[in-house]
Amino acid sequence: MLNIIWPIFIIISVIYSLFSGNISEVNDSIFKSIESTMSLILTMVGNICFWSGIMNILEKTNFFKKLKNMVTGAINLIFKNLEKDSKESEYISLNILSNLLGLGNASTPMGIKAMNEMDNKNGNKKVLSKNMMLFILINTASLQIIPTGVIAIRSSLGSKYPSKMIIHVWITTVIVFLFVLVFGKLFFKEEEK
Amino acid sequence: MINTLVSASIPMLVFFIVFISFKEKKNTFDDFLEGASSSIKIVLDIFPTLIGLFVAINFLRVSGILGLIANIFSPVLTFFGIPKEILPIAILRPISGSSTVAVATELMKQYGVDTTLGLIISTIMGSTETTIYTISLYTRGKTYKNTWKVLLIALLGDLLGIIVSVKLWGILS
Repeated sequence: MLNIIWPIFIIISVIYSLFSGNISEVNDSIFKSIESTMSLILTMVGNICFWSGIMNILEKTNFFKKLKNMVTGAINLIFKNLEKDSKESEYISLNILSNLLGLGNASTPMGIKAMNEMDNKNGNKKVLSKNMMLFILINTASLQIIPTGVIAIRSSLGSKYPSKMIIHVWITTVIVFLFVLVFGKLFFKEEEK
Repeated sequence: MINTLVSASIPMLVFFIVFISFKEKKNTFDDFLEGASSSIKIVLDIFPTLIGLFVAINFLRVSGILGLIANIFSPVLTFFGIPKEILPIAILRPISGSSTVAVATELMKQYGVDTTLGLIISTIMGSTETTIYTISLYTRGKTYKNTWKVLLIALLGDLLGIIVSVKLWGILS
């Protein structure tokens, strides 16, 4: 995907900026983007480190084994051929749980670990397995019980009811989640060869 | 009330996890360190993807071409009854998280946070994700032949999310 859209982004931007006269802004943006990405990465290292640590504490408890048994039922409805007690189902559960709790910094490393585990079992490394595709889709659906980010923005803007749209967010999220899941299940095929 | 709940939820979660581990007499800090150090490699793996992606996205934003793209797609969005004030958000949402937040904040200041438009914007922000970023992150910089299928359905999901957000405030307000 990025092999196509990344060059397109760059080519059209540079050509357009020659016509629109924004080429010097585009030039400045290279340095600025790198600088802001670096500071983002630094914060991210800290956050991801901390939350992976916390998630690993959870992973090691006996309590998590019980929790996982509850979640596994739901996960097995979505994903096919997941082995019970495998690392992949463990990371998938942790990713979905931290998404629901709104811990983006914990869900990202757990999600990447889950993708690595699924890729190890993938027959053809040149394509995503159906489980991997469905897993990415679930992560684009923004499953989250409390949309903390937008509530914070609304509070900072002086809203009287920062969480007024919470039910609307739930309904929308569920509709989108079901839509991508059903489409993904129907449209994605296992491409072994 | 909900604000206190939101700010208490994360410390309580940390408390809960640490407390259970401590009660079960695990080596809590060792487990913490094990998880924390294994994650550093993940950040290093995704770092080149992020640099490349963010430079390209800022190119799009600064060159002014996003405005042109918004004009091209606006007939599609207006066809679905999406108000024209929301068009920039609908276009930016899958591409760039930080510019979506910037534009959304600006629009909510301009039109009011608690107006229907402000609430529609908030609903979109809460129920959609920065799709291109998420997909790039989870493919971990690797190339797969069928990633575009995921992108296609995820983008349709974003469009649906925006339409539903708008329509819901017409039905349930």
